[in-house]
Amino acid sequence: MAEFVAATLMVGITAYAVFGGADFGAGFWDLVAGGAERGARPRSVVDHAIGPVWEANHVWLIFVLVVLWTSFSEAFGSIMLTLFVPLALAAFGIVLRGTSFAFRKEVVRLSIRRDLGVVFATSSVIVPYCFGAVAGGIASGRVPPGGTAGDPWASWINPTSILGGVLAVATCAFLAAVYMTYDAHRFAGPDMEEYFRRRALVMAIVVGTIAVVGIFVLRADAEYLYDRLTGPALPLVLASAIGGLGTLTLLTRRLHRGARVLAMGAVAAVIWAWGVAQWPYLLPTRLTVAEAAAPTATLVAVSIAFGLAVLICLPSLALLYVLDQRSLLDADTAADGQARVADADATA
Amino acid sequence: MHALAQVLAVDPVPWARAQMAFTLATHIILVPLGVSWAFMTLIANYRGIRHGDADALRLAQRWSKYMAVLFAVGAVTGTVLSFEFGLLWPNFMDRFGPAFGIPFAFEGLFFFTEAIFIAIYIYGWKRLKPWAHFWSGVPIVIAGIGGSLAVVAANAWMNHPAGFRLNQAGRVVDVDPVAVIFNKAMPLQSLHMLIAAYLVGGFVVASVYATAMLRGKRDRYHRLGFLIPFTVAAVAVPIQMVVGDQLARFVYNNEPRKFAAMELVPETSRDVPETLGGWLNDDGEVVGGIPIPGLASILSDPGEGTSTKIRGLESFPADERPTNRQATIVHWAWDVMVGLGTALFLLAAWFAVVWWRRRDLPRTKWFLRAAAVAGVASVVTMEAGWVVTEVGRQPWIVVDYMLVEDAATSSSGVWVTFLGIAAIYTGVAVTTVLVLRAMRRRFDAAEDHSGNSDLSGPYSPRIRPEPVGAGTQEA
Ligand code: HDD
Ligand code: HEM
Ligand code: HEM
Repeated sequence: MAEFVAATLMVGITAYAVFGGADFGAGFWDLVAGGAERGARPRSVVDHAIGPVWEANHVWLIFVLVVLWTSFSEAFGSIMLTLFVPLALAAFGIVLRGTSFAFRKEVVRLSIRRDLGVVFATSSVIVPYCFGAVAGGIASGRVPPGGTAGDPWASWINPTSILGGVLAVATCAFLAAVYMTYDAHRFAGPDMEEYFRRRALVMAIVVGTIAVVGIFVLRADAEYLYDRLTGPALPLVLASAIGGLGTLTLLTRRLHRGARVLAMGAVAAVIWAWGVAQWPYLLPTRLTVAEAAAPTATLVAVSIAFGLAVLICLPSLALLYVLDQRSLLDADTAADGQARVADADATA
Repeated sequence: MHALAQVLAVDPVPWARAQMAFTLATHIILVPLGVSWAFMTLIANYRGIRHGDADALRLAQRWSKYMAVLFAVGAVTGTVLSFEFGLLWPNFMDRFGPAFGIPFAFEGLFFFTEAIFIAIYIYGWKRLKPWAHFWSGVPIVIAGIGGSLAVVAANAWMNHPAGFRLNQAGRVVDVDPVAVIFNKAMPLQSLHMLIAAYLVGGFVVASVYATAMLRGKRDRYHRLGFLIPFTVAAVAVPIQMVVGDQLARFVYNNEPRKFAAMELVPETSRDVPETLGGWLNDDGEVVGGIPIPGLASILSDPGEGTSTKIRGLESFPADERPTNRQATIVHWAWDVMVGLGTALFLLAAWFAVVWWRRRDLPRTKWFLRAAAVAGVASVVTMEAGWVVTEVGRQPWIVVDYMLVEDAATSSSGVWVTFLGIAAIYTGVAVTTVLVLRAMRRRFDAAEDHSGNSDLSGPYSPRIRPEPVGAGTQEA
């Protein structure tokens, strides 16, 4: 039972990384898109790409938190106690990001749009960094279980955490660039397609490089994790590498749809590699999944909720994605908003 | 780093309480709109399609756009709450997560559904078929109801912990999820909050249109924008009074500590007066206030009348009951809820009587003025109700099982996060208001000049309903 719930937890983390991660990455590209004029077109692709589905993507985070606190409450308490600082920062970032994005879509005046855009984009980088650093702190065994706090700083300012943070930001940017290459192909024209394709290629190489450097970092800093990643989790690590290379190949051949799928797969494989590498521990090497697990009845209740979610939410989510992909949903305000900028500035 | 850490080291408990209270009190303002606005929007949408009512359709469309913004703010402030459960109360979650957490698993389910359909509904205006689009809004309403019932079930569990046992190591065992969710306090508390959501949502939206009407915008569009939400609120108020009365009796029977604080009763006695205002001094004596003889006893158990005995605060050990100051806060909050609730009821009754006789709003401007104030007043009423529940539970986080101070984090930097979150929320609140106003101005301007805005296209032109009078037309 505990294994099953741990697996659903991994599913939640994977979905958050693959869908929510791309939203964060889109924010990254927003940040580096340059001045208002030059960045206007890429930014409108960003708005469009995040558009209607971002709130649904965000729910995966809630899902992960809820599963963790009901089913593995001791681990949840310990993580929150030790990693207070990065998690508080992430929470702040989420507020700023979510609200500034929603507002920006509705605001027409250019100067305000720009301010909100800066908030949105900056927090889109901070939040994944913090989550990556948290993952690094957990994976490298810096979170003690049982109601005693670990080091409030070293637990997230350490080689593995920095690796985790940087890797998270880069991965998000990579995913977003790949997705938006495909999106731009559909609705923004060949120049934008090329714009994001080039960036996706660069990011694929950046992520690959970080991953290789990461191997050495882990060997020095997180022995347990290193041993396991090169042991039982090795197939997944290799699968991820192959996925990454495959994405690169498809991108050079302009097979965007396939690139998208492979990129998702590559990221999912890394996350599952992390999961397998930690097994059987939730907090390596001190608290196992079995030890942390809640009473069976709770696990059953959570599994029922999960099952209902599969029955109700997955079809709904599929409907949402299908409507979105068929352009039956309009992320209207952003696009017409730009067109109306001059107009409204004149009237205001 | 060490010196800095020392400066930053401040007792986290009061700050954690302040932060929890502040973020919850903010989130709860958005909740009624998240729960009930979709329902009101669908009423307008239905009228729009069914009767070819262009004004109603325009309302529905605008409301859905405002809703999108507020839903986003509600979602992120709610996410902060989920972080805070762990960041501020790690020991509470560590120990009781397996029980307390269960309702949230179901709330998450509802919320997920809501987020998905809200996206479909809001972005579906232009290209979906009218009735398909209408139906895509219905799950939002259902999920809103389910979600609020589930979250409040968790809160009720803190008042009435059930469905588990603690083993010798102090860990939760023998969990019964059904008993956790449907704990004794859940039915009335959840229902009371659900109705509050419709009541507050209705009054808040109506108050905006009441203000506009006071400024002379008395066209059909504004009238409708007032009537739909106000009617929803007016229907909810009397039901809320009945449920509230039941809830008060439940608290009398099951949470005597809280009840003693609400009614400001230091010593167990019969023939207890209902004291309006007043406070407990440091010696625990009632000072000031206007006593209405015997009323508290009568209301607690009408059958027994004035001879009903009410347990006093002092019959509980001093460290297991609200302090005198907390009791005073609870008492005031209680008076505010009941007082404002009664005022809202009178306003609704006024509306009902006049509407019943003349099919029209009361003509005097005072009605609109009162309706304009009712928006804020209803929010205050709801906040006051929550203060009764939450402060009345002190010093327990889980009644009879865990004290708030034992639940808190040991991180000494909570005061920093409190100040940070207070600053961020203030900024978000101001920006939210500015953005909503800017949206309204933009919608107005676009409609004055041409039909050419994002509001131009409820459904595609070929199936757009004709203006009123052109007969009904269905797609
Ligand atoms: C605007 C909405 C509103 C209105 C008009 C009322 N209430 Fe209320 N009340 C709430 C909104 C609310 C609330 C904010 O929703 C609370 C807080 C927790 C809860 O479940 O409901 C609440 C709590 C609450 C409690 C505490 C429950 C507990 O701690 O377990 C009692 C006893 C009452 N209410 C009783 C009443 C009575 C007798 C009312 C009649 C005048 C009344 N309420 C009007
Ligand atoms: C499902 C809903 C809610 C849950 C699960 C919940 C939970 C909590 C928790 C865990 C605490 C900290 C421990 C404590 O002080 O007892 C708390 C405190 C508090 N909450 Fe709530 N809460 C909920 C709704 C609300 C709302 C909507 C308000 C709005 C005003 C509110 C107001 C407060 C206040 C004022 C405190 C501080 C009490 C004090 O320290 O004196 N709560 N709540
Ligand atoms: C349908 C209306 C509501 C909306 C849209 C809404 C929005 C949200 C969101 C997005 C979250 C974060 C995660 C989650 O859903 O689990 C959340 C959490 C929370 N909400 Fe609300 N909320 C609503 C109703 C309520 C009500 C009625 C209360 C209580 C009085 C409340 C109190 C809380 C609390 C305590 C949390 C943190 C627990 C958690 O993560 O589930 N919410 N809310």
